[in-house]
Amino acid sequence: MSEVFRVAEPGLFTTIQDIGRPSAIASGVPPGGAMDRFAHSAANLLVGNDRAAPSLECTLRGPRLVAVRACLIAIAGADLDVRVNGGPAPMWTGFNLSAGDELTFGRRRVGARAYVAIAGGVIGDRWLGSMSTNVMASRGGMRGRPLMSGDVLSAAEPFYLADAGSHLAEHLRPRYADHALHAIAGPHVKRLLPESRDALFGAEFSLSPDSNRMGYRLEGARLQAPGDELLSFGLIAGVVQLPSGGQPILLMADHQTAGGYPVVATVASASMPVAAQLAPGDDLRFVETSIETALQMRAAQRAALDSII
Amino acid sequence: MPPRRSTVRVRVYPLGDTAVLAELGTRLDTALNTRAIALASALRKRRDVRQAVAGHASVTVQFDPDQITHEALAAAIRRLATKRPPMEEPGRLHRIPVVYDGPDLEAVAAELRLEPQQVIEIHGRPIYRAFLVGFVPGWAYLGPLPDELVLPRRPVPRTQVPAGSVAIAGHQTGIYPLNSPGGWHLIGRTSVKLFLPDSDPPSLFRAGDRVKFFAVRE
Repeated sequence: MSEVFRVAEPGLFTTIQDIGRPSAIASGVPPGGAMDRFAHSAANLLVGNDRAAPSLECTLRGPRLVAVRACLIAIAGADLDVRVNGGPAPMWTGFNLSAGDELTFGRRRVGARAYVAIAGGVIGDRWLGSMSTNVMASRGGMRGRPLMSGDVLSAAEPFYLADAGSHLAEHLRPRYADHALHAIAGPHVKRLLPESRDALFGAEFSLSPDSNRMGYRLEGARLQAPGDELLSFGLIAGVVQLPSGGQPILLMADHQTAGGYPVVATVASASMPVAAQLAPGDDLRFVETSIETALQMRAAQRAALDSII
Repeated sequence: MPPRRSTVRVRVYPLGDTAVLAELGTRLDTALNTRAIALASALRKRRDVRQAVAGHASVTVQFDPDQITHEALAAAIRRLATKRPPMEEPGRLHRIPVVYDGPDLEAVAAELRLEPQQVIEIHGRPIYRAFLVGFVPGWAYLGPLPDELVLPRRPVPRTQVPAGSVAIAGHQTGIYPLNSPGGWHLIGRTSVKLFLPDSDPPSLFRAGDRVKFFAVRE
């Protein structure tokens, strides 16, 4: 383990994330982890890491980081106008930095969250089996909080030294600009009134300002799903639940672990990377999909990641 | 009389392409909850299951679709659910001291046509079961609450409920582990910590535990 970056500016909300702590849900603790698992995995694979290694999740406005030693890094996910010493830096590509190099982010072009992987893996506090940051509990990652100016990031020693230049071809990346989320009808979809069902799988929604890593409140058509109150049950990321007010909520990585609102749809696992790249104000719509189609999309994404050597 | 196999009808719904919701029933019922907890624990032992969490009368199962199809998993769940659950070990018993001075105590008593002292006495009578730990870290749905205390939730939830508040709603009671919004009726408070971030597991209560409240002055 050795120091690798000094945080000159933290950005809007930059956290250490890995693939979360799924077993903690039995205690009511959100699973957490990288919102966009595809970009997180890709960035790690491009620098020779295990795909589950911790990376930095940079939200909307990225940080300014100064390398304190030479290192191999890769950036995947949102295009937040990454630069090295002021010049354009490649996305979805492993590249080397020298001591003193400055990594900066500019304007948001596409997406909301960029992932910075460092060869060896970012090091954070481990909590309940994961280094993912949980801000509510102030545990995991960088002392349970987003990065601050003056923080120093460390990385583990890589098991082997990967070469710079690994790359994920453009056609293999998620199409983040296409905000159609494939979704499978949920357990309580039959409760929806017919016009509400049509609106769920057809109307445009937009992310309300109070959308975050816990979930997205969706503005647009009010949906109605009358019926008896449900007993609470376990929830997962990707679920679209419908509180009595009729404004759907799409649950994301830091979601509540149980709830009793009707679940009218679940976003296909292969569409969750696109969902992760939405920001407040963005429009989205749900496209009803079969399990078979969702699994084919999932397999294609898997193959894309497997193409990174 | 031979032991009855089972009368549980399990409905298995897809939750996307990598999870299912298996519903054992729709009633708040200790026997159903015992079955759900046993089913979740049996499912967690399977290699094709990534995570299985019991709800009140259901199990949410995340699985690896490369190892098993939805249909095969649903069949396995139905098979496991018809097995008689192993005799449940009695859950750990927690005795929780409560100062019954909640902001809703008077209103709750009035609505139930009881004296506040009777509400306190009835709330402290049963040994409750922790049906489900979840929603927020350390929260447990406790029940069943005696019929005399059953009220719908507050029509307008509070935006801020202090940690440690002891509350009732419907056939359930619970303790807010953290400052959070909440729509239940607040009848008291406790100093016992429910969310223990530096313990593993980080929750005082586990599903199946038993909880008894007793009144204290301060």
